[in-house]
Amino acid sequence: MADNGVNRGRRRFLTLTTTAVGAVGVGFLAVPFIKSWNPSAQARAAGAPVEADVSKVAEGQALRVKWRGKPILVVHRTQRMLDTLPKLNDQLRDPKSEETTQQPSYCQNLQRSIKPEYFVFVNICTHLGCSPEYVPEPGAKPYNPDWLGGFFCPCHGSMYDLAARVFKGVPAPLNMVVPPYHYIDKNRILVGEDPKGA
Amino acid sequence: MAKAANQMRNRWDAFLAWMDYRLPVSEFWQKHMAGYYAPKNFNFWYFFGSLALLLLVNQIVTGIWLTMNYKPSAQEAFGSVEYIMRDVDWGWLLRYMHTTGASAFFIVIYMHMFRGLLYGSHRRPRELIWIFGMLIYVLLMAEAFMGYVLPWGQMSYWGAQVIISLFGAIPGVGEGLATWIRGDYVVADATINRFFAFHVVALPLALLVLVILHLSALHQVGSNNPDGVEIKDHKDGEGKPLDGVRFHPYYTVKDLFGVGMFMIPFAFIIFYWPTAGGLFLEPDNFNPANPLQTPAHIKPVWYFTPFYAILRAIPNKLGGVSALASAILLLFLVPWLDRSPVKSFRYRGPIQKIALALFVVAFIGLGYIGSQPANATMKMWAQILAVVYFAFFLLMPIYTKLDSHKPVPERVTDK
Repeated sequence: MADNGVNRGRRRFLTLTTTAVGAVGVGFLAVPFIKSWNPSAQARAAGAPVEADVSKVAEGQALRVKWRGKPILVVHRTQRMLDTLPKLNDQLRDPKSEETTQQPSYCQNLQRSIKPEYFVFVNICTHLGCSPEYVPEPGAKPYNPDWLGGFFCPCHGSMYDLAARVFKGVPAPLNMVVPPYHYIDKNRILVGEDPKGA
Repeated sequence: MAKAANQMRNRWDAFLAWMDYRLPVSEFWQKHMAGYYAPKNFNFWYFFGSLALLLLVNQIVTGIWLTMNYKPSAQEAFGSVEYIMRDVDWGWLLRYMHTTGASAFFIVIYMHMFRGLLYGSHRRPRELIWIFGMLIYVLLMAEAFMGYVLPWGQMSYWGAQVIISLFGAIPGVGEGLATWIRGDYVVADATINRFFAFHVVALPLALLVLVILHLSALHQVGSNNPDGVEIKDHKDGEGKPLDGVRFHPYYTVKDLFGVGMFMIPFAFIIFYWPTAGGLFLEPDNFNPANPLQTPAHIKPVWYFTPFYAILRAIPNKLGGVSALASAILLLFLVPWLDRSPVKSFRYRGPIQKIALALFVVAFIGLGYIGSQPANATMKMWAQILAVVYFAFFLLMPIYTKLDSHKPVPERVTDK
């Protein structure tokens, strides 16, 4: 085949425009494939608030409820446990709960709760998502000789105090999350909904 | 008799001629088997490539059979695996062949990779073989991880939770990315369903393509050997390498012997010891997944524990995840980090021999630590061994250049 009469400029133009239009088409076609990985409408809808009765939790004990597939722990803290909270400030990453994404504003206090004795939080480690154990008894532990009680993650050894505030020098970067919740009446809480007016 | 045999032979030749005219059957056989010359001095370490291929076939065939009874949903998965184990005829055998095959695959691959490091099989002109091999290794890790999630036991669930959360460490986009991978805000039905799609369709297809590329690149340049000399440098009058033998029948028969030897422990484990004391199948995974309760001691299957120990050694989320990723990525760079003038460790100096020995100790040590609960002593040892692991790679350009080396023979040494 000779090049007789071939308009090279036009051929190059057509090749480039065809490629460009094709690439745009591929780009648009990729969108549904990528977006189909997002949580489905069903998964997005399955986030209804759950109720829990805190009066059922004995002093020092914890109650586990499920909200949006996540474990929520309700801990009934004793006076001894509450007294440990101010002692640890210099060992914690964020003692004053200044990371606003980790708790609602009405729980940004020393106890990280609405009522000091009842502590409600998402029991998921901020490192890689395991569920840290509730280890309330004080005393020497393999991971901490001066343990005052708190939460210990079995996966990678992260430690939290009794307000789920993270220690320094552990892999977890943040305090565990306090979900939005409020008291419906004296003893019942609704997890997943802010108090009215908050 | 002779006449009948002759007639059969003629028919076969005619059939082959008919085929060859339409499809390059004889040419392919000649190029890759009967006329493919491999060095004559292969030793024990050269069994593992063909064994990896055997295990790939084992995983694909038993995997197809398992999908015939497995149900990829959070509700039914655990029960369907128990159904395979108890109610499906021979289902237990198919499943144990698959689970034991997965661990055996990693044993074989680790030996195969060590062979490469030992004899310099990653060196010029075989860099691409090494790169394709590393891609196979990384995809195999993804394949094994997703496969481990499918039975939906406690370790499946929490393993998935931890591994997917690794992506959450990426600054800015991390959390959104993790949710996008899970298809839900927690590991859930959507997750197991898509992992099934990857485990049985997408990744096996990609693995097959990479195996073809790995072997094509190998057959293009020819195999390395324990002496690390190029057999193509010395050819006879017909252009055949003087130190090479035909792959078929010499190495097909040798590899068949290797298969026989491998089958003895493989069958023993399948029939008598499928859990391998909790190494191949973990006790916690015999409990159905419980999203509210992390098992007291969570650990990955043995073949991931070295990297898991590196992740745990660094008390910082992003730092740990970056160390884990670079521990794997550094392996890709070995062909360019290694500056030694010789390929095989037979002719390398003492510094490099010590370095490789320390690396093996670090890898196995990290593997042990990664399987143990986290405490201060373990963490300290993990940090020491992680430094050794990284130093092996990062200092490689220096010590491979400084080290002495022995003269390399012209021809392979095994007679």
